[in-house]
Amino acid sequence: MENGAEKIIKLEQIVKSFDGEMILKSVNLEIGDKEFVTLLGPSGCGKTTTLRIIGGFETPDSGTVYFDGKAVNDVPPYKRPVNTVFQKYALFPHLNVFENIAFGPKLHGEKGPELTKKVLEMLEIVNLKGFEKRSISTLSGGQQQRVAIARALINQPRVLLLDEPLGALDLKLRKDMQIELKNIQQRMGITFVYVTHDQEEALSMSDVVVVMDNGEIQQIGTPQDIYNEPVNAFVADFIGESNILDGQMLDDYYVSFSGKRFRCLDAGFEKNEPVDIVVRPEDVDVVSVERGMLTGVVSSVTFKGVHYEIIVDIGGFKWMIQTTDYVENGAEIGLYIEPDAIHVMKKSEFSGMFGDYSTFSEEMEHLSDVNETEEEA
Amino acid sequence: MTGAGARRKEVKKTVITSLLSRFAAAPHVVWSVLFIVVPLIFVAYYAFTDRNFAFTMENFSAFFTPKYMQILGRSVKLAVIATLVCLLIGYPAAYYIARANAKRQKILIMLIMLPMWMNFLIRTYAWMVILQDTGIFNSVIGAIGLGPLKLMYTEGAVVLGMVYDYLPYMIMPIYSVMVKLDPRLVEAAYDLGCNPAQVVRKVVIPQSIPGVVSGIMMVFVPSISTFYISQKLGGGNFYLIGDAIETQVYTANNLHMAAAISLVLMVILLAGMFVMNRFSDDSAGGGLIP
Repeated sequence: MENGAEKIIKLEQIVKSFDGEMILKSVNLEIGDKEFVTLLGPSGCGKTTTLRIIGGFETPDSGTVYFDGKAVNDVPPYKRPVNTVFQKYALFPHLNVFENIAFGPKLHGEKGPELTKKVLEMLEIVNLKGFEKRSISTLSGGQQQRVAIARALINQPRVLLLDEPLGALDLKLRKDMQIELKNIQQRMGITFVYVTHDQEEALSMSDVVVVMDNGEIQQIGTPQDIYNEPVNAFVADFIGESNILDGQMLDDYYVSFSGKRFRCLDAGFEKNEPVDIVVRPEDVDVVSVERGMLTGVVSSVTFKGVHYEIIVDIGGFKWMIQTTDYVENGAEIGLYIEPDAIHVMKKSEFSGMFGDYSTFSEEMEHLSDVNETEEEA
Repeated sequence: MTGAGARRKEVKKTVITSLLSRFAAAPHVVWSVLFIVVPLIFVAYYAFTDRNFAFTMENFSAFFTPKYMQILGRSVKLAVIATLVCLLIGYPAAYYIARANAKRQKILIMLIMLPMWMNFLIRTYAWMVILQDTGIFNSVIGAIGLGPLKLMYTEGAVVLGMVYDYLPYMIMPIYSVMVKLDPRLVEAAYDLGCNPAQVVRKVVIPQSIPGVVSGIMMVFVPSISTFYISQKLGGGNFYLIGDAIETQVYTANNLHMAAAISLVLMVILLAGMFVMNRFSDDSAGGGLIP
């Protein structure tokens, strides 16, 4: 309520386990009306379980689900003002396109020309005009996906839940559908709760991104917040590319890492507090060795179209840097980092789990050999 | 000329592969001809001949008489009742088994199959022991003061015997379809506003039709042609078409008449199967009968 937006769904200390394995550990989440909220995380992070709890397909072991301020833990799915677009669509194979979309309204007693008109309108919204008589098995993945969306939206739900709805589509179709979904959401003014493991999808579609891992919410924020101000090494690593280094906060606005002292924009840490430093690959400028705040040797260069992706070895730590200037493999270069490119994070359980880009370098094989022998020993 | 050469090669190749596949199928073909086609030809041949193997329609004219029509009518009636009872019991049972967890499913299916390991005659005799006037059932209800009920030698007893013997044939095909039913479809139906009863009516039942059709055929066919159950549990009061065939073979020693009755029964069943198959264009798959 603090930011004025009306909250339609509230999850309070939701705990859920399956077969003794804790899937959700005290999830707290508020979802505002007409917002596009994305639950983002790697597989097994609990995002789908969270969605199913909102939909009523799972009951939390403890904690409360609120709709419009009312607890709905015991309300079955068919009595919730929610519809779902399922992963792999779950269309009824014994019904054709029209009957699939009309399924919900028919249950509520709608019929006749009015229902027909409504279904045809819905087909137009999802760009499937003229498909009403087709059988489900003759549709492509993208078309089935549209039918699934139409089947859910025709019920005019307050909230639409989408469980990795674009997972089975190819890249081009995915991009088109992302834009279409966002348009539909804005036009119809419906709250979308969207589950995905694709960070790019989450950033480009959402008003709010909820990053999850290990059954816990790691960070809630706008796509810009999540990208620019990750709260810990996990979020920094999962969203986009990141160089994550060990550092020490010398004083307010001063931090040291890679053996050098840098100006930064962060304050409020204790003196000499160990911290994690995130530097995005696109925020580093490649300069001459003399001008460089750090210097290193280029160990790999990959052409990516828009830019080159280069790996630079700085005192044994492999940085990833994206630059439009071509540099030679093996060249010694300088790096220049603006204060606003340095993001300082508190140490967390994820510190040290995500590090440099050594897997990109030639030493990779050598390093992994060492690891293997260690494991065997 | 390379095109023609390549084509000739191709033709040769297809000839070889088709020959190979024919050899692979040979044992099956030989088996089918020896044990299915040849006996059927014999049945037809006997049906249309008299004891001297001269062509005659007499067997059929003897069959299409009130006496046999009454037997046929009774057979159809009891088989239909038995099939319906099997469906009413078997469908919910199959649904329940398919919903249970994997371990429980295995146990329940075992329990369904278990009676089938016992000989059919022994199972029928067991029911006689239970149902007799002095049998287990009547002694129990007698002990609590209810008079002995006449259970043996009734139509009910015959139907009971059929249901008991053929119920697994109803449960198995329905179960095999139900277990493949995508649980997400059920969730989707709930999501769109179905209450539990509507989920069953609008999603589960339509999806399970192929299994139901298989089950109906697999129960109806043996029920209509059974002969032993009616003799033992019906005490000969409910002479069925199967009994009529048996009598012709063993008592009247008239294989020709028996063949004619069998042929008529077969035609009726084939017509029935044809009609049933229209109900389930087997696009969903899963039925036991293709």
